[in-house]
Amino acid sequence: MSHLLEVEDLEVKFALRFGDITAIDGAGFTLDKGEKLGLVGESGAGKSVTGFAIINLISKPGYISRGRIMFEGQEISSWPDAKMRHIRGNRISMIFQDPMMTLNPVFTIGFQMVETLKAHQDISTAKAEAVCLEKLKKVHIPSPEKRLNQYPHELSGGMRQRIIIAISLLADPAIIIADEPTTALDVTIQAEIMDLLQELCETENMGLILITHDLGVVSQVTEKIAVMYAGKIIEYGSTDEIVHHPMHPYTEGLIQSIPGSIPPGEELKQIPGMMPTLTDIPSGCAFNPRCGLRGDICTKETPQLRKMKNGVMAACHMK
Amino acid sequence: MNTDNTILRVNNVVKHFDISGGWLDQLSFKGGPHLEKTTVKAVNDISLFVKKGETLSVVGESGCGKSTLARVILGLYPPNSGEIYYDGQRIDQLSHEQMLPFRKKMQMIFQDPYASLNPRKTVSQTLEEPLRFHNPNMKSDAIKAKIDEVMSQVGVDPAWITRYPHEFSGGQRQRISIARALILDPEFIVADEPVSALDVSIQAQILNLLMKLAEQRGLTYLFITHDLSVVQHISTRVAVLYLGTLCELSSAKDMYANPLHPYTKALLSAIPQVGEKEAKHIKLKGEVPTPVNLPSGCVFHARCVHADNRCTKEVPQLKEHENKAFVACHAVEEGRLTD
Repeated sequence: MSHLLEVEDLEVKFALRFGDITAIDGAGFTLDKGEKLGLVGESGAGKSVTGFAIINLISKPGYISRGRIMFEGQEISSWPDAKMRHIRGNRISMIFQDPMMTLNPVFTIGFQMVETLKAHQDISTAKAEAVCLEKLKKVHIPSPEKRLNQYPHELSGGMRQRIIIAISLLADPAIIIADEPTTALDVTIQAEIMDLLQELCETENMGLILITHDLGVVSQVTEKIAVMYAGKIIEYGSTDEIVHHPMHPYTEGLIQSIPGSIPPGEELKQIPGMMPTLTDIPSGCAFNPRCGLRGDICTKETPQLRKMKNGVMAACHMK
Repeated sequence: MNTDNTILRVNNVVKHFDISGGWLDQLSFKGGPHLEKTTVKAVNDISLFVKKGETLSVVGESGCGKSTLARVILGLYPPNSGEIYYDGQRIDQLSHEQMLPFRKKMQMIFQDPYASLNPRKTVSQTLEEPLRFHNPNMKSDAIKAKIDEVMSQVGVDPAWITRYPHEFSGGQRQRISIARALILDPEFIVADEPVSALDVSIQAQILNLLMKLAEQRGLTYLFITHDLSVVQHISTRVAVLYLGTLCELSSAKDMYANPLHPYTKALLSAIPQVGEKEAKHIKLKGEVPTPVNLPSGCVFHARCVHADNRCTKEVPQLKEHENKAFVACHAVEEGRLTD
């Protein structure tokens, strides 16, 4: 059975003056209809670049240097821009982190929505507006008719993020890539937006790739997780298993460093040191200088993802 | 009222900002041409106290006045009305010179370590400045020794003091800004979102450091944050703010076990927990109103499922309830919340 989206051995490089650096190194995962996948990691781990790479939005000096991206059975990673435009915002949409920055402040919501729709379909303005209204209702925006004539600054952060989700839904995409969609929002609004995304995946049978650093959010929303560290996926599998029985020491450390996992006031388990910069990745396993389980082999050989006893894929020599 | 171990007391503090701009901006034609002032009511009649050695966290969503409150307490903004006492002495009306001795005792850690350190100063210049300013007669060796001591305490190698902020990572920069706050040996530290700009694994390191320092130096923290799991971990007591008004103030343990105010309940239920399959958060109606036009009565009534007629008219007062929890809610007072 073929998957809706299949990323295989993806490598993204950035050509810099002193040579190429590898931002993503051999990432692979799959996504089916209605499935929700979480891409988790700290800043600089390569989560967002992975999201951009799927819709080929890597701008120079970055480029996809290896790998395949299969979408609905077609290899799309090498498509030229003109062809990719039928995919971007149409079949695969992306939601960005900051709802204040994503909308154009000088155009009304209605104008921006109709513009998006017209870019993908040959449709009259009246009909396009009807579609926009329908999508605004879908994201539970109060008095949607009024919103079409409003400007972004008239709306709150949560409302703007709903508008952006409505825009991403305009062309009935098969996949939504949400890049930290709630990081700029408050907890109560975050909970509402996450509910909405989950609901949409179910009713529209869409696939969701949720890029976030918040393991709490991921564990509530997604079925699968891919944990990234220094450009590599180091653990990949069912959310339930990874959250309760993490195999990779980094995932384990990440979960334990969240306050709330231990009684208040006690010292938090911390991962010593910090993530290496991409220009200076340690040999062998990239996590080895921070790892408590390090053995000789860890500094020499790069571990590959392999199946662990609980069915999760993890890249660790010691497990 | 002023017990011995109270280090800071805030009485009925109000802070409003005038954002009306020039007279053209103020001009309004509704009901005849006239000028109209616009004020942001950031902090409205807040009273609280901080005990020596405790960590009081102030939580709330963006725009609820947490940071304004912190700045008013430190004298960075003058309050419109109300009183602030530090160690029994009133400090809100002091002149710049009179405030100096208090500045040594009260320090602040800011949210963004990329913005709070001067990029054109080396670490040693940054750390030296407060020392030289407050102790003009201090010898250079003594200054150097002090910097070394504080740097090792916050876990940054003292050999790096000649470096500039851009040479450090976010976590290290936050350690340096903590060192800057500690260099004068303060008693009281206001930490305004000190870990929100950091990654989870670094956040844990900084929280551990702050807790260790509190123990070593007997520090008192006023901790401003929106991250409720951090709050649960480090606080002695928690104050919940909504639209510039104090909703609930009680010990962290009691509040997390049994939140009383409907807003606190909704806020706490919205924290995503690792390993929790379904989100069970309480849904709030509508959005946070702007602090320009505060709702009448209880500021929370438009979003509260328990609101009745009284809530729309009468402002609830902060009153003591079970377990010494202070709550400002008519429904709690009347025992209408039974769930």
